[in-house]
Amino acid sequence: MDLNTVQELIETHLPGSRASVDDFMGAGGDHLAVRVEAEQFTGKSLIEQHKMIYAAVQEHLDSGAIHALSITTVPITPGASA
Amino acid sequence: MSVMSDEDILNEITAIITGNRVALFMKGTPEEPRCGFSARVSERILESGAEFIAIDILPDPRIRQQLSAYSGWPTTPQLFVDGTLIGGCDIVEELHAQGELAKILATDAA
Repeated sequence: MDLNTVQELIETHLPGSRASVDDFMGAGGDHLAVRVEAEQFTGKSLIEQHKMIYAAVQEHLDSGAIHALSITTVPITPGASA
Repeated sequence: MSVMSDEDILNEITAIITGNRVALFMKGTPEEPRCGFSARVSERILESGAEFIAIDILPDPRIRQQLSAYSGWPTTPQLFVDGTLIGGCDIVEELHAQGELAKILATDAA
């Protein structure tokens, strides 16, 4: 899985968000760690925040292209300059 | 013994989640975890001293399918407390770092 593709999927799914994607197993692109900053997380539970990320890449989880996804979410206060 | 249908599996999963205060669906067992994420989550629960039931999802791929259909959560492990999905490895680690995990797992919690 191309890391830039994953980043684009997340940023498209959550407009205004900023995502960074790493391959934490070093190669293959199927064990990914993502860090996402987004206004959409504000006021949401961790479960809801992570589900928003899963939704962006659902088809690649289903297909097995992404085997493992480690997620860090950072809520951004709406209107605040990051 | 008859083969379990998808519906049987879903019913069994539902019964486990609603019938146990703390339920962990994982790859392997707490004694022999088959995945680093599952190992970390079961380790955290063991550390807390909370009583829990662990279910190995590996013996039948349909367990994972039905579990994800039930919870809306695509990956394993999945930790449930009082019938509610708490999360997977990242969330459990984050809650642990915040000191919240012990409170959630404590038996006197509502």
